[in-house]
Amino acid sequence: MAAVLESLLREEVSVAAVVRWIARSTRGSEDNPGEAAALSSLRPLRKEFVPFLLNFLREQSSRVLPQGPPTPAKAPGASAALPGRPGGPSRGSRGARSQLFPPTEAPSTAAEAPLARRGGRRRGPGPARERGGRGLEEGVSGENLPGAGGRRLRGSGSPSRPSLTLSDPPNLSNLEEFPPVGSVPPGPAGTKPSRRINPTPVSEERSLSKPKTCFTSPPISCVPSSQPSALDTSPWGLGLPPGCRSLQEEREMLRKERSKQPQQSPTPTCPTPELGSPLPSRAGSLTDEPADPARVSSRQRLELVALVYSSCIAENLVPNLFLELFFVFQLLTARRMVTAKDSDPELSPGVLDSLESPLFQSIHDCVFFAVQVLECHFQVLSNLDKGTLKLLAENERLLCFSPALQGRLRAAYEGSVAKVSLAMPPSAQAVSFQPETDNRANFSSDRAFHTFKKQRDVFYEVLREWEDHHEEPGWDFEKGLGSRIRAMMGQLSAACSHSHFVRLFQKQLLQMCQSPGGAGGTVLGEAPDVLSMLGADKLGRLWRLQERLMAPQSSGGPCPPPTFPGCQGFFRDFILSASSFQFNQHLMDSLSLKIRELNGLALPQHEPNDEDGESDVDWQGERRQFAVVLLSLRLLAKFLGFVAFLPYRGPEPPPTGELQDSILALRSQVPPVLDVRTLLQRGLQARRAVLTVPWLVEFLSFADHVVPLLDYYRDIFILLLRLHRSLVLSQESEGKMCFLNKLLLLAVLGWLFQIPTVPEDLFFLEEGPSDAFEVDTVAPEHGLDAAPVVDQQLLYTCCPYIGELRKLLALWVSGSSGRSGGFMRKITPTTTTGLGAQPSRTSQGLQARLAHAFFHNQPPSLRRTVEFVAERIGSNCVKHIKATLVADLVRQAESLLQEQLVTQGEEGGDPAQLLEILCSQLCPHGAQALALGREFCHRKSPGAVRALLPEETPAAVLSSAENIAVGLATEKACAWLSANITALIRREVKAAVSRTLRAQGPEPAARGERRGCSRACEHHAPLPSHLISEIKDVLSLAVGPRDPDEGVSPEHLEQLLGQLGQTLRCRQFLCPPAEQHLAKCSVDLASLLVADQIPILGPPAQYRLERGQARRLLHMLLSLWKEDFQGPVPLQLLLSPRNVGLLADTRPREWDLLLFLLRELVEKGLMGRMEIEACLGSLHQAQWPGDFAEELATLSNLFLAEPHLPEPQLRACELVQPNRGTVLAQS
Amino acid sequence: MILTKAQYEEIAQCLVSVPPTRQSLRKLKQRFPSQSQATLLSIFSQEYQKHIKRTHAKHHTSEAIESYYQRYLNGVVKNGAAPVLLDLANEVDYAPSLMARLILERFLQEHEETAPSKSVINSMLRDPSQIPDGVLANQVYQCIVNDCCYGPLVDCIKHAIGHEHEVLLRDLLLEKNLSFLDEDQLRAKGYDKTPDFILQVPVAVEGHIIHWIESKASFGDECSHHAYLHDQFWSYWNRFGPGLVIYWYGFIQELDCNRERGILLKACFPTNIVTLCHSIA
Repeated sequence: MAAVLESLLREEVSVAAVVRWIARSTRGSEDNPGEAAALSSLRPLRKEFVPFLLNFLREQSSRVLPQGPPTPAKAPGASAALPGRPGGPSRGSRGARSQLFPPTEAPSTAAEAPLARRGGRRRGPGPARERGGRGLEEGVSGENLPGAGGRRLRGSGSPSRPSLTLSDPPNLSNLEEFPPVGSVPPGPAGTKPSRRINPTPVSEERSLSKPKTCFTSPPISCVPSSQPSALDTSPWGLGLPPGCRSLQEEREMLRKERSKQPQQSPTPTCPTPELGSPLPSRAGSLTDEPADPARVSSRQRLELVALVYSSCIAENLVPNLFLELFFVFQLLTARRMVTAKDSDPELSPGVLDSLESPLFQSIHDCVFFAVQVLECHFQVLSNLDKGTLKLLAENERLLCFSPALQGRLRAAYEGSVAKVSLAMPPSAQAVSFQPETDNRANFSSDRAFHTFKKQRDVFYEVLREWEDHHEEPGWDFEKGLGSRIRAMMGQLSAACSHSHFVRLFQKQLLQMCQSPGGAGGTVLGEAPDVLSMLGADKLGRLWRLQERLMAPQSSGGPCPPPTFPGCQGFFRDFILSASSFQFNQHLMDSLSLKIRELNGLALPQHEPNDEDGESDVDWQGERRQFAVVLLSLRLLAKFLGFVAFLPYRGPEPPPTGELQDSILALRSQVPPVLDVRTLLQRGLQARRAVLTVPWLVEFLSFADHVVPLLDYYRDIFILLLRLHRSLVLSQESEGKMCFLNKLLLLAVLGWLFQIPTVPEDLFFLEEGPSDAFEVDTVAPEHGLDAAPVVDQQLLYTCCPYIGELRKLLALWVSGSSGRSGGFMRKITPTTTTGLGAQPSRTSQGLQARLAHAFFHNQPPSLRRTVEFVAERIGSNCVKHIKATLVADLVRQAESLLQEQLVTQGEEGGDPAQLLEILCSQLCPHGAQALALGREFCHRKSPGAVRALLPEETPAAVLSSAENIAVGLATEKACAWLSANITALIRREVKAAVSRTLRAQGPEPAARGERRGCSRACEHHAPLPSHLISEIKDVLSLAVGPRDPDEGVSPEHLEQLLGQLGQTLRCRQFLCPPAEQHLAKCSVDLASLLVADQIPILGPPAQYRLERGQARRLLHMLLSLWKEDFQGPVPLQLLLSPRNVGLLADTRPREWDLLLFLLRELVEKGLMGRMEIEACLGSLHQAQWPGDFAEELATLSNLFLAEPHLPEPQLRACELVQPNRGTVLAQS
Repeated sequence: MILTKAQYEEIAQCLVSVPPTRQSLRKLKQRFPSQSQATLLSIFSQEYQKHIKRTHAKHHTSEAIESYYQRYLNGVVKNGAAPVLLDLANEVDYAPSLMARLILERFLQEHEETAPSKSVINSMLRDPSQIPDGVLANQVYQCIVNDCCYGPLVDCIKHAIGHEHEVLLRDLLLEKNLSFLDEDQLRAKGYDKTPDFILQVPVAVEGHIIHWIESKASFGDECSHHAYLHDQFWSYWNRFGPGLVIYWYGFIQELDCNRERGILLKACFPTNIVTLCHSIA
């Protein structure tokens, strides 16, 4: 590899030829014969070149960036086998997931040694957590880190590389001596994949002939031995050499740590104290070295390498575009060159054109190189966010080294509108209850319904508790909530309950985590919840709440591992704590379904021909819609990946050897949870990669180590790799993918290629993708990929790690003491919009094709409007039919049922049978629904379309749009109605029947005919509760015990009865139970009056109520019973043994009031004579004192002796006559 | 009538082991003349119920029941007209209505072939005339009309008070032109948890969004409020978002701590209601 670079430096071959040589397996025709000859001899090494180059640059920069921010790179050894190759020893590399570049079997070459030191250097920033911790624990003494320092020494001792020995970095573990330069905040670093730690034991026996791609270390149980054969497929088959044991152990520990990470705390860990502590000292001791273009050494060489490097980046030959940019930015902002221990050797021109001398000999070289590279990537830079552009444009080094670039950047900054703000996810708002999906009819049983009711509440209780506590130190999700969650999951017995719960879970997930600034609480694909719309206005409050909910945004370096920031952590931990396989299965089903649905959503496509301002406004909406869909998809896919691969992920090392083979054999039998391969293929075909790939990457980022080895997923990776290579940013043409779309895909793919579980060698495949990456596109010319759907906001939201570039620049400005999150993150509230569902696409005929053609030349908003109107009107139509036709039928059912009940008596027959009869009578009427529905759609759709389209829409277009809307709405409504109307009527009638039958039951009297008070009533009557309470007091006084001074006045009694009358007449506050009790109490009161048991206040002489007063009160009661009570009054109680028995206690007994009362009851038609006679008869059967029984018999006789009066109803007219009863009673 | 926790505790302190009679209530009103009677009664009732919940079990051991029943029998043999049962209840510090139920159950067990069903017992308590024994009927009746915390009459009063306040609230909503769905309408639609009213268009009260209103015709003390939060208010929040609870008889001020979280407490119908402006919407 070095040979290539060297021939390049010697100008034997051109840069273009080299790049062509790398990128294409076949020789380009434009290569001149000399170049071709030079390169063709090196053909077997072709694919090793890029990893070599990257490693070389990293290594060369190690003196500048000894401990700077991580510039992880991953470039595997050239010959690394495709991971999935069955039985291939490359599996061994699974054990070395942490490596940047797996070792190759390539024999050592002359250029190898410089790289040997990489082991030490590589452990710089990336693994800051382990490193920092360790450094403090062990490194204070200045001693080497185990493995790192030791190896470095060995490496540096390599006799073949004297020059490198000189520049050998000093002990990096000494933080005092080598404070991290411009380092990113240490905290987030803790969450970086620790694969960046790559201690590399250096083989003593390297020859000078060939460089080793030893930016990487050998995996466990293998050694970068001098095994020669470049094509050896078992490069790491040998045992560890002596001395590697500790390294192996160390790596083992690291790997365990690493594999734990994804399952750890929901938010990126906060800066740990031991990491934070070295910071202050670092800031103080540092002085920036100025960079001077005049002092650049070997310009030409730097230019050449920069050009090759830039070309590799431009051709997407490097795995991660932004990682390389990050590296370049690091070089640009490098503060200080570590001076070599020994004096630099004489730099003769002869040395300069080889690799023998360090590439970067000073800060000047670094900055020069960086600026050279940046110049080649102006286009990418100019598409970064405005903040980054500003920092770049203001960078004095850049100005100094390339005023031209600076000028372009400044212009780009001034023209940029790409303000990016990373909004936080919206706060917790509950998923609203929707009767259509949540009411009893959606559950198999009452029990399931009520269980789910409870579960919903427990779920939110747990969520609230999490909100309150999850940021408290020492709070543990599992300890705090685990048992409650499992108890709740345990109650979900019915499968249907699981699906209900999963729906709630998923909706809540989308609601809380889905969108940037989606504060409206609108769940995608659902109608916006009117109730929550006002809430959206209260953004200030919401944001404040959110801030509480959100963990501080922390960066994870340019390649953070997949995490669950903020609220997502709750859902992740919930899944883990629930540990319910049923739940997980239902969740996967539901997530898959939603992903399919959203992925297939017909997002509007950009019409390149309407570029006027109007469509611009529309386009904002399209973009927002796309962003909402994309972010939702990514969230869902992330959780799907998490759950789907959960059973296969664990802290144990990935299997190797035979074990791996058997696992592979087993796993390859398991169908994928979601057919992502097909979705990807279709997405590529339909030119919708910009939608499909980002979520697929999220899904794959949770794959376990075995996944990339499976044929199925390997196909996916190959497709992705090809796509990656094809996304050459400089190639822009009509109908091809937009720049920012490409940038998004490059960013997410680059990130994916850095995930520890993705084999590092995957990227540099032998069958390197050719530039002829062509998929058969069946899609229209302008697929989604060609539409400018991605903006910087979306790019940065999907790939927050791109923001690391800005941080790096900002840290340069602010000095290295910058702390985490040095930027104020502004929150830009944006609103989300619900998506109208796709109209059904059935019955496509010529008409449909015409309609389609009609839309083709109209602005996309027209189509959306029509589809929206059709969707809504269709849905409203169904609701309208429910509220009118079905409701009418239900009313008919109720009256039919009443008839049935009357004819069949109280029982009314078997309810099921009744229902059948009713349904057979009523369901045929459902046929009207279609006609009514059609009429409704015709009536409603045109107006809605007219209201929503611009006034200026031509009449013909308008009327066509209206007609199409009517047609679509009718189609939708009628499709639903014809399929469901009978079932709907049946369901509603059934509910009505059971309602009626229930009401038939215990309290038929409660349903009085006369309800409500007169219109003039002002509802000032005393409250029923007050009256019951008052009467109760009188009763309790009457039955005692009472104090001697207690009693009631006759006036009070009268007033009470007067109030009772008012209350009964004003029925505003009266409920049936209260009326019942009032009736009962009034009867009790009457009995006490008759028995003269009410203690009257006043002079002792009046201790008993006067006869006249008593009669007056009884009259009032009779009148109330007759006129005012609407419910039944238990008058027969007046003759119950208990009440009549009250008389037994009075001496002398007074029977006249009772007789009076009985006569009046008959007189007023309140009780029939026969009824009273029966009561009196039964009274005789009770046991009484002898004299009382006699007197009772006399009363009976007296009452019975009176002449029979006409039947009550006939006497109604007589009631107007003078009070005959009173006369009788007094006789 | 919003009380601080200290004020509330002062009242509650006076209620320890006070029998639930009208005399006790009278004394309480004299002791705290500045408090509304309804609030005092509500607090009294709640405190007494807490007391009964704590001591309930000891009155339901078979030994206790047997001893009460014997004392009742001895008492009525001596004098059937004396308030035997009521005195017994007051003496052992148990609610008269509950004592009546206890003795009635015991009596029926002795006199009937089969154990009496709950509905039979309830029916007899509502209408003591149905009790086969005249003396017991009178004793039971006396207990019920003298108990101001338990019994069918008290239950009915509480129910009526609750209903009246719902009606009151409904009137106020209508008066303010706030459209709403009431409990019955919600139930008909199949909602599993139903606050008294859901506003069809949310409003804001003191800067807080209100989607639903629940009327509570009682005093909001810690115990009842926590139970309500758990069984009702949070459930409403879980389904409908933030809302308002009106404790018509007041509450402990410190309990109004979930405003930010979405549960606002008031002791009356709010005066300053901000509605959604249609010009903005």
